[in-house]
Amino acid sequence: MTAQGSRRVLAEFAYEVPPVERGYTNQTLYVNLSDNTITAKPVTEEMKEKFIGGRGFGLWLLWHAVKDDTKWNDPENEIIISSGPCGGITQYPGSGKSLVVTISPLTDIPIDSNVGGHFGPLLKFSGWDALEIQGKAEKDVIVVIDGQNGRVTIEEADGVPVDSHLVGHWLIEEMAEKEEDRYFMSVVAAGSGAEHTRIGCLNFSFYDRRRKAPRFKQAGRGGIGTVFRDKRIKAIVVKSPPVRGDSNRPADPERIARAGLRLHKEIHDYDDQQNRMRKRGTPYLVQIMDDYDLLPVHNFKFGSHPDTPKINGDVWEGRFSQGLPDGCWYGCTMSCSHAVDHYTVRTGPYKGQKVIVDGPEYETIAGVGSNCGIFDPDAILEINFYCDTYGIDTISFGTLTAFVMECYEAGILDKEKTGGLELRFGNADAAIELLHQMARGEGFGKIAGQGVRRMKEYFVKEFGADPQFVQDIGMEAKGLEYSEYVCKESLAQQGGYGLTNKGPQHDEAWLIFMDMVSNLLPTFEDKAEALHYFPMWRTWFGLCGFCKLPWNDIVPPDNAMTDEPAKIPAHVQNYVEIFSGVTGKEVTADDLITMSERVYNFQRVFNIRLGKGLREHDAVPYRSMGPVTVEEYESRAERYDKQLRELLGLDPEKMTTEEKLAALRKYREEQYEKLIDAVYARRGWTKDGVPTLETLKRLGIDYPDVVEVVKRHL
Amino acid sequence: MIRVNNRDEVEWEEGMTVSDLLERMRYTFPHIIVKVDGEVVPREEYPTRTIPDGADVRVIHLIAGG
Ligand code: SF4
Repeated sequence: MTAQGSRRVLAEFAYEVPPVERGYTNQTLYVNLSDNTITAKPVTEEMKEKFIGGRGFGLWLLWHAVKDDTKWNDPENEIIISSGPCGGITQYPGSGKSLVVTISPLTDIPIDSNVGGHFGPLLKFSGWDALEIQGKAEKDVIVVIDGQNGRVTIEEADGVPVDSHLVGHWLIEEMAEKEEDRYFMSVVAAGSGAEHTRIGCLNFSFYDRRRKAPRFKQAGRGGIGTVFRDKRIKAIVVKSPPVRGDSNRPADPERIARAGLRLHKEIHDYDDQQNRMRKRGTPYLVQIMDDYDLLPVHNFKFGSHPDTPKINGDVWEGRFSQGLPDGCWYGCTMSCSHAVDHYTVRTGPYKGQKVIVDGPEYETIAGVGSNCGIFDPDAILEINFYCDTYGIDTISFGTLTAFVMECYEAGILDKEKTGGLELRFGNADAAIELLHQMARGEGFGKIAGQGVRRMKEYFVKEFGADPQFVQDIGMEAKGLEYSEYVCKESLAQQGGYGLTNKGPQHDEAWLIFMDMVSNLLPTFEDKAEALHYFPMWRTWFGLCGFCKLPWNDIVPPDNAMTDEPAKIPAHVQNYVEIFSGVTGKEVTADDLITMSERVYNFQRVFNIRLGKGLREHDAVPYRSMGPVTVEEYESRAERYDKQLRELLGLDPEKMTTEEKLAALRKYREEQYEKLIDAVYARRGWTKDGVPTLETLKRLGIDYPDVVEVVKRHL
Repeated sequence: MIRVNNRDEVEWEEGMTVSDLLERMRYTFPHIIVKVDGEVVPREEYPTRTIPDGADVRVIHLIAGG
């Protein structure tokens, strides 16, 4: 790499690296970039008891850092990174995740993002349960946490590159004194795209010993990278003492090892017959989603496309380098973090360079591929590479570009308005140029980089777009772009996207098969129960430092015979064993759900405190519920006509398509309102979506300042 | 006629196996559980197990999604 940077220390803090005890170091690191303070803060028993770690710690620290009117770019906003008590064990697959929390520039409420790479566990092994960064630097800085020598520094970073693949390489080469240091270093970085848009992501590195290069996983959602660059951080680096199998110092290592052995054996014996995660990773979902009419095509208009085989899992299996241990934390035999090696960049500032492209994951293929009508694997790789290194979230980029393309085809945009970009579905070159414009902060890229919600307002005001139409087709809720599943035919998943804390990201609940295909949730109460259980269950991964994939992308062969196969009871029990084995606190499966409920309800109250979090904020665009346009209706006319006949007793033969659209819409919108009522009741919230005092008391989070927020709305 | 997942009516054919039904429904997801009249059918029997007319078939899909 050619970068020539220099480092100059602005502030320094020396500390004793404490031993980890049962998954905790019992202190967090606070860094303020406005006044260059660096201090340690104790982790209280209350924090561990009620907020566990990871996302829970992030929300707790953020709550105490901000005011009721804090915006994303106010200096008091923070970025908090924390793994969790189980983060850093090496015996059970998927135990090295980091959780990032900040106030989002897209939603103006807290966002949480679960990311791989080595940073969170290495931070812990360097002495810190969480890193809390507040304030804004005057000039670009890097923050260095040296757990080998007990030293934290804020450093000026002149000439240090900003794009992730460069700064990642540069810092590791600059700071590693010996080969082994590289293994135990991790860099967090964003990029030039994060600077000029609201959809910035963070890249978290892990050092790939076989490829002899850092690789990156992304904390993608909600514009965290944008906050990072607004604070003028170029990178955060941690250099940890070597990681050992017992670095997390669990209470009962054998208990964890036993759970680990069970899962390693399942992966070894069944992955090839099940999802082939080790060979294909998440791209296996592309074809499946197409088969079930769930793959987003042309801005979520349709659920399948004849060209899907050009970008499905088989194609990527051929492109990924096989046989390499692609785990994003030690001991993950699921090993699904695949990469394409020696990709020659075709456009932009890095044209001609040979690079590693991490991924693409399902969400990227569906978002920047099928949803934009792009069925060209090389174009998907090009966008994937640049999104990552520019620090741009591939999901938001995909969904907002699809929205732009539909607006273009509907005549709202034209070449004049886009500065010459012919942004029609399928035009990969135009999409790639849009991305470069975002990184340069120029032209139409600057407008598009504000996200779907702000584009809607802009198109109405500046271009005279029909407000109802852009509202209906703009796939965002709470300001966050939808992740990549068509949920029109699953009311439960409409709630799985809409009734979330952070916005429409499927990591809270993915219920489409249970609901639409298997018909296991026929009543509102059934749907509400699923929209209670699964979001709580999935929240728990982010409290402890776990990856969700080893929970259900492999299942034991006798899972089918269990009472509740959708929950994968054997794996839930593994997590019970691990949590108890790490912390020494005996817990049950129900306790895990209660832990999440506490944090989840706290986050809901946090949203309310910041002026959101009520029923009106759980509204979703109609494109997520049903067909908006005549073209869309007629493409699935048989399905919709049947529903009009069977559910509404209407005779579609006697109706125009417009009348049919209107009748279906009225019905579906009413269904969504009924779903909200059922879910709020199940979660212990009022009809306006506010957690009741009884709920807060039951969960033990009836702190005076929390109650104060809620009381204003009761 | 057979009924799938307590909702969809599917035309029955002589000799129709579980595999035939899955193909007809385009049920390609690997994590499924098939029950015919309440009895779980082992995966290896999908190509040979025939479905009787009027059967109540459940094809339970486990959760997918990233
Ligand atoms: S399952 Fe995949 S994403 Fe999850 S920890 Fe393992 S390698 Fe990383």
